[in-house]
Amino acid sequence: MTTTTIEEAATTGQAMEADTKPEREPIERVSIICSKGTLDMAYPGLVMANGARMMGIEAMVFFTFWGLDIITEKKIDSLHVATVGNPSMPIPTMVGGLPGMEAMATKMMKKQMDDLEIPPVREFIEMLSDSGAELYACRMAMDMFKLEEGDLVPQVDEVLTVMDFYDKSAGSQIIFI
Amino acid sequence: MPVVEYAGSSIEVNDEGFLVDSSQWTPEVAEAIAQEVGIDELNDQHWKVITFCREDAAKQGTPPGLRRISKNSGVNMKELYQLFPKGPGKLAAMVSGLPKPQGCI
Repeated sequence: MTTTTIEEAATTGQAMEADTKPEREPIERVSIICSKGTLDMAYPGLVMANGARMMGIEAMVFFTFWGLDIITEKKIDSLHVATVGNPSMPIPTMVGGLPGMEAMATKMMKKQMDDLEIPPVREFIEMLSDSGAELYACRMAMDMFKLEEGDLVPQVDEVLTVMDFYDKSAGSQIIFI
Repeated sequence: MPVVEYAGSSIEVNDEGFLVDSSQWTPEVAEAIAQEVGIDELNDQHWKVITFCREDAAKQGTPPGLRRISKNSGVNMKELYQLFPKGPGKLAAMVSGLPKPQGCI
């Protein structure tokens, strides 16, 4: 077994950094799966997709399971923050379950988003569509929730099967949310 | 930091190509940066964006994000992507001689 002193390790580490600063391939396409429909889980996917487009990276978003709520006409304006079953909520679960708590948490989050100039979900989806991001709904989840294409917001490009999803994701980094 | 020759003057840029000192910017420098990032010619709409970005940054002290540009410059989101196909979030600020925007929207 070879032993390395901390000094040696530090020097080698530094040398590595200086000599072999890796030339990494830039990301060219991202494929983001949005599988959750609460407000706090909707934004991360949308922000990541939009950020990619702002950098000139191709982006597609695939909405599946509860993520379909984000692009469903009847739900898009009323997504809410989960106060129960959300381990990051700084309030006890029992309190989170009291009437009005979700509405309050949702209102607070919307206010904070607005202060940061982050648009409401419907406007965000329009923005993504204008940016050239591709928006897809999951066929299986649509069937499960008995949704028709007409139930979705008009910005959705297509309803895809999981095999279509992989075809469209060629060359993508896939991110699951 | 690298120094590059833009429009006949030596200009200091950071590793990503953003001007270090935005007062070194001139319209000719903008044209040169644009060429560098694959935009052959800056048209009137580009200039609308650049003028807004520079004025807004002077007022706010920070370069505007894309949503802010699309809401206030008179150039909408769709068009911003046509004007800067390789990524308006970065390139609008770069061509305007401003630092990389810090916002995520």
